[in-house]
Amino acid sequence: MQSAIRCSGLTKTYDGKVEAVRGLDLAIETGECFGLLGPNGAGKTTTIEILEGLLEPTSGEVEILGMTWHGHERELRERLGISLQETRLSEKLTVRETLHLFASFYHHPTPVAEVLDELSLNEKADAMVGKLSGGQKQRLAVATALVGNPRILFLDEPTTGLDPQSRRQLWEIVRQFQKRRGTVLLTTHYMDEAERLCDRLAIIDQGKIIAEGTPAELIAGLSGHHVVEFSISGGNGGGDDAWGRLPGVQSVRNDDGLFCLQVDEPHHTIPALLSAVQQRGAQLAHLTTRQASLEDVFVKLTGRHLRED
Amino acid sequence: MAHLDTHTPQEEKLQAPVVTNGRWAGYCAILGARMKELWREPEVIFWVFVFPLLLALGLGIAFRNKPADVTAIAVVNNARAQHVIDLLRGSPEKNSIHADVLDEHVALDRFRLGQYSLVVTDDESGVHYRYDPARPESVLARSQVDDALQTAAGRASPLKTEATQTSEPGARYIDFLIPGLLGMNLMNSGMWGIGFAVVDMRQRKLLKRFIASPMRRTDFLLALGSSRLVLMIIEVALLLGFGVLVFHMKVEGSLLAILLVAALGAVSFGGIGLLTASRAQKIESVSGLINLVMMPMWIFSGVFFSYERFPQVIQPLIKALPLTALNDALRAIILQGAGLSSQWMPLAIMAIWGGLSFAIALKWFRWS
Repeated sequence: MQSAIRCSGLTKTYDGKVEAVRGLDLAIETGECFGLLGPNGAGKTTTIEILEGLLEPTSGEVEILGMTWHGHERELRERLGISLQETRLSEKLTVRETLHLFASFYHHPTPVAEVLDELSLNEKADAMVGKLSGGQKQRLAVATALVGNPRILFLDEPTTGLDPQSRRQLWEIVRQFQKRRGTVLLTTHYMDEAERLCDRLAIIDQGKIIAEGTPAELIAGLSGHHVVEFSISGGNGGGDDAWGRLPGVQSVRNDDGLFCLQVDEPHHTIPALLSAVQQRGAQLAHLTTRQASLEDVFVKLTGRHLRED
Repeated sequence: MAHLDTHTPQEEKLQAPVVTNGRWAGYCAILGARMKELWREPEVIFWVFVFPLLLALGLGIAFRNKPADVTAIAVVNNARAQHVIDLLRGSPEKNSIHADVLDEHVALDRFRLGQYSLVVTDDESGVHYRYDPARPESVLARSQVDDALQTAAGRASPLKTEATQTSEPGARYIDFLIPGLLGMNLMNSGMWGIGFAVVDMRQRKLLKRFIASPMRRTDFLLALGSSRLVLMIIEVALLLGFGVLVFHMKVEGSLLAILLVAALGAVSFGGIGLLTASRAQKIESVSGLINLVMMPMWIFSGVFFSYERFPQVIQPLIKALPLTALNDALRAIILQGAGLSSQWMPLAIMAIWGGLSFAIALKWFRWS
């Protein structure tokens, strides 16, 4: 079956020196929601803008719906819905007028009333764009992408800066679009968004894909997909390495005094941990266990957090 | 993948009544949106429509043709001052000269401020005039007062002369001013209307968002140009209508010719505006650029006064400016009733400026 989006050997160098994308291959199937997850500056936006035909790659090939950007730009534009990072739409137009404007560019758009309905923008249809809240503006931005009745939806950081409720609303919109066999490519630096929304994802760091798969696969691929976090006070020390020798521990990380142990079976590790703490004459100040997340995958792969803030 | 179904609900959706857009739907929608946005921006309404009218009103009143121009002069207060006053009162020009008797330093102060055009001192050595050769009204006052005094003192005129007063509409300052203001307004709104709007949209990443859709880029530029033409018609109607109604200005040429020239001017300045905005990323930088381009034309292109006052050497340069061409053509048609064909030279100048700017702008233009 033909991929909805396919690219190979993609690179992008700015001004002959800054390498934003360094050899990237992707194949995204029809009906899939695919996420590009990575920290700011990882090359997510450059990658998605190359796929959207807005940036020319330095080298590599792009095929969207079996067509290349050279020679098929018009056909492709008719079939894609694109929401850029931080577009500020005209504030002196109403929501409805904005959607009519974007609908007019397409040969067969979705009726504006339908889009207003689907994105719950009906109440605000006649409000000026300048008066909308952040979440409403973002929904409108996605609406301008959906009004062309696209087959592929590109969303660059669609929920950055939004409150939890607005984020969930947007996720729901994406799922609705997927139900109509729409293909979605989105970028995000929120791991929960990637985990809940995406069927598959690629973790990008410094212009390269460092891991790819379903969220569950990525987490399972982590040796030890449970995490035991604890901190101690007092005691006569004994070095951080000691924790790594506890049974079932795959790796140890020290985040400012909060130890994170990646373990296979917490029920073996925890009793050993408790006695080790006791032997040092220290006390546990904090102890939790949880499932490993994409964040742990990222930290494991890069040694850094997704969001350094 | 997880959401892939074999039976597809979207098939029904595709069969639902679909909207089909024609070739020009995008163009019409952009033009409509531009007009709405302009209309909802109070500053635009003020600067494009109200400001030129206020300017015309203010200048028209300040430089209106007074029924009889009265020359104000100061007579230095001394023993013979009353004699001068008496002579002036006995002269045939007594109604057009207003004389005040003042102490010398007060008289000189006010002369310097322009309140008086001439200072007259009569002492034993004779009548002394103090005037400023750089001020036309001062030169005029000197000969006028000298005439009055000499005649009143008994000088006979060897030659019999007669004069008829005339003040034709078309020769007044306001008649000169209105076409100039119209030209300037077309330049201002063309440069700002296109230049500012384009950079604003680029800064908002709206241009980039537009080209991410199937919008035709030529439609976008055409719609921007068309919005200028719609505004142009309103600008011409307002300023000319104002001149005719308030100042009883007489429009000699054909309205169609005026509209065609104004349209060429509007489009030409739109092209120059597009060129200034072709790369700028920020509103601040394009504002500076627009002012830099317009500044020489405000000064040289004969908006408020005739450019004939500038030295002969730079006249060809002045005439090559697009605003000079626009003003010349507008004045020739509005004031002298000239036809379009006689104005081929300024029309060609505008067409070249506009065409070249547009061509270069298209090459340089950045959508993001």
